[in-house]
Amino acid sequence: MQNVLSIALIPLLPLAAFVLLGLFGKSFLKKAAGYIAVLFLLTATVLAFYTAYEYFFVYGKADGVYQKLVPFKYAWLVFNDKLSIDIGILLDPISVMMLVVVTLVSLMVHIYSLGYMKGEERFATYYAYLGLFTFSMLGLVLSSNIFQMYIFWELVGVSSFLLIGYYYNKPSAVAACKKAFIVTRFADLGFLIGILVLSYYSGTLDFNTMLTTLTSPESSELKSAVSGSFLGVSALTWGMLLVFIGGAGKSAMFPLHIWLPDAMEGPTPVSALIHAATMVVAGVFLVARLFPEFALSAPEALQVVAYIGAASALIAAVIACTQTDIKRVLAYSTMSQIGFMMFALGVSDFDNGGVLGTSNLGYTASMFHLFTHALFKALLFLGAGAVIHYVHSNEMKDMGGLRKHMPITHITFLIACLAIAGVPPFAGFFSKEEILLAAYKGNKLIYYIALFTSALTAFYMFRLYFSIFWNKEYQKHRNNQHGEGGMVMMLPLVLLAAGAALAGFIPFGHFVSADGKPLESEFHLAFSIAPVVLGLAGILTAWMLYKKQNERPDKIAASLSGLYKSAYNKFYVDEVYTFITKKIIFKLIGRPAAWFDKKIVDGMINVTGSITQTISEKIKGLQSGKVQQYAVYFLVGGLILAVVIMYL
Amino acid sequence: MDAFFTLLKHELLVTALIFILLLLKISRTIKNETLLPLIQLLLLINCAAGFFWNEQGSLFDSMFYTNPLIALQKNILNIGVYLISLLFTDWFKKTAHLAEFFILLLSALLGMFFLISSGNFLMFYLALELATIPVAAMANFDLEKKVSSESAMKMILSSAFSSGILLFGISIIYGVTGIINFAELAAVVNNSTIQLLAFVFLITAFAFKLSIVPFHLWTADVYEGSPMPTTAFLSVISKGAVAFAFITALYKVFQPVAGVWYNMLMVLAVITMLVGNFFALRQQNIKRFLAFSSIAQVGFILLGIGSNTANGAGAVVYFILIYIFSNLAAFGVAAIISAATGKENIDDYKGLYKTNPLLSWILALALFSLAGIPPTAGFFGKLFLISSAAAKGSYAFIIIAALNMIISLYYYLKVIRAVFMDKNEKPIEKLQVNVYAKLGLFICGAGIVLLGLLSWVYEYIQAVVQ
Repeated sequence: MQNVLSIALIPLLPLAAFVLLGLFGKSFLKKAAGYIAVLFLLTATVLAFYTAYEYFFVYGKADGVYQKLVPFKYAWLVFNDKLSIDIGILLDPISVMMLVVVTLVSLMVHIYSLGYMKGEERFATYYAYLGLFTFSMLGLVLSSNIFQMYIFWELVGVSSFLLIGYYYNKPSAVAACKKAFIVTRFADLGFLIGILVLSYYSGTLDFNTMLTTLTSPESSELKSAVSGSFLGVSALTWGMLLVFIGGAGKSAMFPLHIWLPDAMEGPTPVSALIHAATMVVAGVFLVARLFPEFALSAPEALQVVAYIGAASALIAAVIACTQTDIKRVLAYSTMSQIGFMMFALGVSDFDNGGVLGTSNLGYTASMFHLFTHALFKALLFLGAGAVIHYVHSNEMKDMGGLRKHMPITHITFLIACLAIAGVPPFAGFFSKEEILLAAYKGNKLIYYIALFTSALTAFYMFRLYFSIFWNKEYQKHRNNQHGEGGMVMMLPLVLLAAGAALAGFIPFGHFVSADGKPLESEFHLAFSIAPVVLGLAGILTAWMLYKKQNERPDKIAASLSGLYKSAYNKFYVDEVYTFITKKIIFKLIGRPAAWFDKKIVDGMINVTGSITQTISEKIKGLQSGKVQQYAVYFLVGGLILAVVIMYL
Repeated sequence: MDAFFTLLKHELLVTALIFILLLLKISRTIKNETLLPLIQLLLLINCAAGFFWNEQGSLFDSMFYTNPLIALQKNILNIGVYLISLLFTDWFKKTAHLAEFFILLLSALLGMFFLISSGNFLMFYLALELATIPVAAMANFDLEKKVSSESAMKMILSSAFSSGILLFGISIIYGVTGIINFAELAAVVNNSTIQLLAFVFLITAFAFKLSIVPFHLWTADVYEGSPMPTTAFLSVISKGAVAFAFITALYKVFQPVAGVWYNMLMVLAVITMLVGNFFALRQQNIKRFLAFSSIAQVGFILLGIGSNTANGAGAVVYFILIYIFSNLAAFGVAAIISAATGKENIDDYKGLYKTNPLLSWILALALFSLAGIPPTAGFFGKLFLISSAAAKGSYAFIIIAALNMIISLYYYLKVIRAVFMDKNEKPIEKLQVNVYAKLGLFICGAGIVLLGLLSWVYEYIQAVVQ
């Protein structure tokens, strides 16, 4: 059976690296910090692969269905027989898949950072933070209890706050980490209230128990949760929506996405880890974890998930077409791709009794895309990191013609771009195809949005690609002595590129499906024609516009000036938030409070102070005119209370 | 006679300490350097002894009442006092009248013990006065500073006023019912207009002590003017004691009118959180800042008290225990800096991390805990308060409370940013932290981390409360 120790070690090893480097990193282990961290993580990755092998091929299946196993559970805080906060491990297809994704990408980032972060003053601290983050993320995916997940969810937030703010002497980085923290905290609040609502109605915090009680039509808990309503929507739907707000915050879904582009202020490998492959998909993971509950008991909430996902995918893709900072393009592209995963879940059905039901396709497609996206997006970020490392700038205008200077980066970046654009036979093609098929069956409107968005995706990715590697001849700077980056930086690129090229051939539906039964993925050649042709058209457009330096892009931008400008300015969402916080909250609440304090409170004190001055000379000498004023407030407050209580 | 000693143990121990200090003071002159460790040792013994031989029973014709829960509450206050004696070592060494300060402090503590244990309005009133008047004298202890005398004056005048109203309320109740004993009173309380008026007067006295808005106005002035240990004592120990007494009064005596006070508490909680937070946003002086933020924390305590269940009471006791550790840690750091440099402004803290990492980390831990960020204990404290309110179904108030947590996050982070991220040409120089103060800081830090993670602490408190 399952070897608990080997599973538990997967999250604990990065934690050990964090503790070790956090305590001794500055003094004893300064030189070796990076190697120690890589070693710990390598072991964890091997264990993760071993666990995945064992789960999928040895003990995970019973009667042809993948089980949800809980090899370890410790009741940490017991409220009553049913309701307790546990610390446990939950193994099911998605948590095992996430184990592999998180450890693998984290390992790549660890190795890559050996070169990228070399010579940084707080090198050991950086690796300590990476360890903490990896631990939190692994803990999150393994959680067997929704509250345990919340705790790790917050820890992920804290460690990403530390990593984004790593360049703490850079004001923009400090502002960005604060923004990310506060925006996601706001969303987490929804999550927490959602947890309270769900646990109140289901009487448990345990995932497995909660899913069974809130999905079986006979259970009394479900009946009471559905019948209790607020504003015409059932309590359960509210709970699920609140939980989804938490997920949307972490996964940067519109309109809570504003922190993601700014978070690019962190070191680039960090962006690859957090903002491409792991943390930002936590929201998708959360929805997938509670999927039966969404699909069977709160279909309205699932509709919201679908539309928010589709809207985010489209909006982010449009914005990505106009950005000039390469990391920001990638950030918006991430947001767009996560939108794909979200709406794939949103359009999916959950058909527990069905035989090889294709109605569950969206779920598998979403997880599949999560998997492939992690590989090629991490690759894109790491490639972008190599480019930035080489030209010392994030701006496209400083790049161009780099293909001869950085051959390995060029090829791997191209593979990643082809993968994300959905060109066969690269990984992204297969997962995106499944998503489109699911959308086609589930919701036509979303299907057309998705089709258009994937054409846009191909366009902006190749705009990025041509602008970096073709366009014009590269002017070598004097301060540009080093080459492409050493072995440690190229190795992860090559490994990830292999993954991005080949991962599509994994028969994913056999392993991961909503109900644990293998799902035959359908493949219709005719269906694939439209998206592939549109994708190629996008690539072709980008080729015409950006392969050589010319004036066409500017002309097009000028002719579309309204749309272009608002997209360039990210549709002014940030400004809307600033408006709400600065103009409305501060002005309508903060300022009046200050004004009230200054004019009314102080003013009244001054007026009555002058009266009291004439009455009692002695107390005036002690400046205690105020105290009598306090007494007046005291009395008035007490009398108002009395009146309220007695007569209202 | 045995019962007398065991039931009255906490009070007798504190009284004994007061007399020891008094005798030492009049018999010879002892240097602060020798006296202070002695006091710390005595307080530690006092603290430890509190945990043994706790029984249930009443004395003096049920004027005095105790049970394991009350003993636990007294122990929590004892721990707080012991921490104060450690954390403010620097200030204590400088003061000219060390023995007197502790005599006053212990007298106030004695008053609080009787307050929590009181089973009768007469006892209640006397204890409340005993818990207040020595603190006013303590506020005056920075003898050379004018603000210190001013704050003492303000405090004594304000509390005299509050006491007047309280007495008025008690006499109305006595006039109407002819009873001052709590247990008997519970049977005859009803919501006739005159009794409600008296009840409101009683509430104002509690509200004054807990600095609930709008009875909070004295707080900021007194906190800012008083010496740091007094401020800490007032904002932590005194609030804890009054909150404990408040629970007893509401749950035991005024249970028949629970419907009335529930609404009142919720409204007060919301106003208190909002006002506390919005004013804390603007503060520059660290003491004023902590004062207003502690007002906001009291709003959360009210939320828990309002739940009117044993569970809620347990959550409040647990929150106060954590609050003592977190807030004292913050005050302790501020006191060390203030004693060495005289700096009390948040702007002065910029770049503190560069020179004093230990102080910075403790301060950050304390502020995170006050802000309620997991995994610090403060998060769990707030969580249980909120979930006990959720059990009562006060969702609207929970949402307001949660929004307030976010507002408070903003200003707590502001301090943390100043400490860790802002640059400063002339940061506070490296400070030599006294070993006792360091011990105090470590205990606080350990408490902030462990009280949340060790689930048996919460389970133990809940078991005692039930």
